[in-house]
This record gives sequence, C-alpha cells and structure tokens, in this order.
Amino acid sequence: MNNHQTRNRICYTVFLLIILLVGYFLENLYYIQVLTFIGINTLLALALNMLMGYAGQISLGHAAFYGIGAYGTAILTVHYGFSPWLALPAAILSAMIVAYIVGIPTLKLSGYYLGMGTLGFGMIVNILFREWSSVTGGASGFIGIPALELGPISFASGRNYFFLVWGFVLIGFIACQRIIDSRIGRALRAIHDGENAAAAVGVDTRQLKLQIFVLSAAISALAGFLYAHLVYFISPGSFSFIASIRMVTMVVIGGMASIWGALLGASLLTLLPEWLHAFSEFEMVVYGLILMVVMIFLPRGLTRGLLDIYERTRKKNEH
Amino acid sequence: MQEMLQYLFSGITNGAIYAVIAIGFSMLYNSTDLINFAHGEFVMLGALCMVTFFGTLHLPIVLAILLAIASVAVAGLVFERLAIRSVKNPEPIVLIIITVGASIFLRGIGMILWGKDAHTIASFSSHPPLDIAGAKLLSQSIWIIVILLLTAVGLQLFYKKTLTGKAMEANAISKRAAWIVGIPSKLMIMLAFGLSTAMGGLAGVIIAPITMSSYDMGTMLGLKGFCAAMLGGLGSLWGALIGGFLLGILEAMGVGFVSSGLKDATAFLLLLFILYVKPGGIISSASVKRF
Repeated sequence: MNNHQTRNRICYTVFLLIILLVGYFLENLYYIQVLTFIGINTLLALALNMLMGYAGQISLGHAAFYGIGAYGTAILTVHYGFSPWLALPAAILSAMIVAYIVGIPTLKLSGYYLGMGTLGFGMIVNILFREWSSVTGGASGFIGIPALELGPISFASGRNYFFLVWGFVLIGFIACQRIIDSRIGRALRAIHDGENAAAAVGVDTRQLKLQIFVLSAAISALAGFLYAHLVYFISPGSFSFIASIRMVTMVVIGGMASIWGALLGASLLTLLPEWLHAFSEFEMVVYGLILMVVMIFLPRGLTRGLLDIYERTRKKNEH
Repeated sequence: MQEMLQYLFSGITNGAIYAVIAIGFSMLYNSTDLINFAHGEFVMLGALCMVTFFGTLHLPIVLAILLAIASVAVAGLVFERLAIRSVKNPEPIVLIIITVGASIFLRGIGMILWGKDAHTIASFSSHPPLDIAGAKLLSQSIWIIVILLLTAVGLQLFYKKTLTGKAMEANAISKRAAWIVGIPSKLMIMLAFGLSTAMGGLAGVIIAPITMSSYDMGTMLGLKGFCAAMLGGLGSLWGALIGGFLLGILEAMGVGFVSSGLKDATAFLLLLFILYVKPGGIISSASVKRF
C-alpha cells in the first residue's frame, strides 16, 4: 500500500469521525439543517467537479439533472404511489438515460460551444418543469412529497436526515476518489490536458466523456432526490439557469479537480447567502463582487489558490 | 391571415431587439473571444437609464437616448478595466464566472438604484398604430426597426471605411499581427467593450417603451440575444441580424400557433439544433472551428 492510499484512508476516516461527532453532539437543529443542505450541495459540486475539474468539460445546465432527480421522485411517489426507495433508482436511471441521449451530440462540442449546448438543454428542461403543469405542478411547484422512512427509522427528523445525506456524501467521495486514482482517472485528466493527445495514446475520448457525463448526471439526480424528500416541496426556480451557475461556481470557487474543493465550495456557497442576509438589499452586489474578486485573484479556486500562496511564501522564506 | 400578420409584426419587433443584443455579443466575441454573460444586464441598465432620463427627468428624447447609451458604455468600460483586464490567465471558464459575477452585481445595483418595481415610459413618438391589412403595427416597432437598420449600416461603414474600424477588425483577426503593424491592442479591446455595451444600452433604450423594465429583465434577454448570435453565426454582423429576426419570428409564430408556454423554449431549441447541425451558424462557410 503506497503513501497516497494511506493518506486517503486517514482522510476519509477522519471525515467519517467528524460526521458522526457533529451529528451526535450538535444540539442546534437549525445548524443541522444548514449542514444537511451543505451535504446536498457537496454532492452537486462533486458531480460537476468530476465532469469539469477532471474531464475538463463545461456544463452550464447541470441543474437539469438535479431537477430530474427531484421531479422524478416527486412524480413517482405522489402520482404513482411508489416507495421512495424504488423511486430513487428510477429517478437516477432516468437522469442517466437523458444524459446519455443528450450527451452523444452535445459532448462533440467544446469550449464556449459546449457551455452553450448544455445551457440550452438546461433551459429547455427547466421550461418543461414550468409548463408541463399537469405532471409537475407548473410554476407554483409540486407539494406533498412524502418523508423518507426505512422500517422503524424515520428520516423526518433533522438528525437522521443529516446522517443519510452525509453518508451518501462519504460514499460519493470514496467512489469518486477511486475512479480518479484508477486508469480511467488518468485517462480523464489526459482529456483535460489535451483531447487530441489523449486520443492519440489510445484513450477512447468520446466514450469516456459520455460515461463521466452520465455518472455526473447520476450523482446530481441523487442530490435532487435528497433535496425533494428533505423539503417536501419543489418548484422550477430551484433548478433554473441560476442554479446551474451556482453549481459551476461551487466547483470553481472550491477548486477544480479537487474532491475536498467540492466540499469547500459547497460550504461557502451555502453559507454565503446566510451571512449576506445582514447586507439585506446589498446582498446581490456583495455576492457578485465576491465571485469576481475570487476569480480575478485566485483563478484556480480557493483550495489550489491558497496552496499556491502557501508554497510561494515558503519558498521565499527558504531563500 | 390578419392574425398571422399580427404575429409577424410582433416577431419582427422582438427580432430587431434580439438582433441589437446579438450584435453586441458578436462584436465583443470577435475582438476578445469573450462571451459576456453580463450583456443582458447592460440591456437592463440601458432601459432603466432611459426610464430615469426620459420618464422621470423629462429630458428631450434625443438627449435622453444619448445619455442612456453613454452611461451604459461607461459602465462597460469600467467593467473591462477593473474586472476583465485584471485576469492574468484568461481561460473561458474563469471569464464565464467573472461575467456571471458581474451580471449578479449589476442586477444588485439595478435593484438598489431603481427598486424592485417595473417601470414603463411613453413611446418615442405619439403616432397612432399603423393599420396594415387589419393588423396593427405600433409606431415604436417602426422606430425599433429603423434604428436597428441605421445601426447596422453605420457599423458596416465604420468597420469597412474608417481607420479605427479597420484596426479593430485587424486586431480581431490576429492580435499579434495587428500589434506588429502598430495597432494598440488594449485600446482596441477597450473600444470593442465600449461599443458592445453601448449596443446593449441601445437595445435597452429601444425596448423600454414596449416592455416593463425592471432590474431582473436582463438575464432572459441576454440569453436570447445570445441564441440569436449563435443562430446567425457568432462574430458576424449580418449573422446577428438574420439570427435575431429568425428567432423573433419563429418565437412569435410558436406562441401564436402552438402554445404560449413554448415562447422561451423556442430560442433554446433553435440553439441546440444549430449547435448539433451547423455550429458555425447559418451563414458560416462549410468548415467550422469548434474550438
């Protein structure tokens, strides 16, 4: 077992311990709720980071998959009386199928054009949520999504839901870490650095981009499922263009191609609006400014950017 | 027939506005390879400045229009100087986030300065609507189309006939080559930003009398203008015109004959279609670089 693997195991064990400690000892239910939202956003950031950070493919429409997960489970449980645990694989599967079909033509594009293609897709799905009111409840939203239950355990209480969400986050982290450290992960990074070069050394770039797109859609749909059963009410606004942009921002602010960056980005972007309430009407102005300033001065995101600054000062001190 | 004509008129009016927005996008993309996601917010600023100068302060119309466009262009120049030029490593994704940040920032400014209410102003002239075969054509629609055509011709003359315009085109084709023959690339980029945001402001000015202007009107207008630019071919003036009118007319027909829920979807369906079939846009030549 090499150094890298040992370090990862220690990291994830510590992470698990922190989740357990926080979950058992944090008294304030409001904080538990906020942390649960951070968990869901972390899953979203992780999903998009696999696609953007590692494979280098921009998506400006990922909220569509988040929405398919949420609306999928809402429609199946409320209209068709499915158990949520059956609706979960169904919702994820539908997001994956949509991702596969959309991915085939879209992933041929790159750069801004890929951004625009995914943006168009996201807008169309969002308009579908809003206009197909007989199924989705339309602009006024979908109410009455049931709470999750597993035998005697009810996930209606904040604490149990916290463990459920963060359990999924931990599993997601470990699974993605393993993908990244594998042969596929190296191929993905090769695509990021140069698609033609990757193809030249035998990476099936078309196939691999599609697979990572589908995986990313699946994790986003999982986050959508968790969101729907947490708040019991969903509306198209939560899955709009702005939501897609927020996902991208989480990834970029946290740090591209970094699993822990997803956690950092999701935490900041979830907490920021809470803190910014103090600014009341200046909230949007401050939010926009923060985005711009971080990108201007730390274009590689906070994790990478701060590490870079640390390295630089250390080198300076050595001289 | 009469109904159809009415839809056509509303489509042409909207199309002309999309075209003006698309020209702004294309111009900037040509010179800097940058897609400005805050472009729609400059349209919003233009409309709201017009509300203040023309609606509240009752300045003469020409002065109000010029002041509104100038204010937006100044805002664009400040944005270029402070946000865009400071970026050391201009990758698309970084620029996308910065312009998105700028759009949120500008929306916030719009909300603080003009409040959350929607505003409306009088038409540029008080002529009654024209009656053509039973369909009504608003006087403001005529203003919009005339202004668009004058702008397009003016820009074409500027690019082809003046030294500055030619320098801008040279800079868009190759910055290094332009630099070698003595064209100051930074100045050209600034000029492109100023002109592009002025186009956004102009779009806001002409749309203000026929819509409810509010701080959050920009996002959708910007995205649709962008779709129009892609449709015609990003970076081309005539492409922006064709794309704008095509989008406006198809949208109006979609609303009229299929369903009003389809209105916003039309633009994005067209966008996907063009990306899959001919990513360079309608008027592009056969070979296209997809980056």
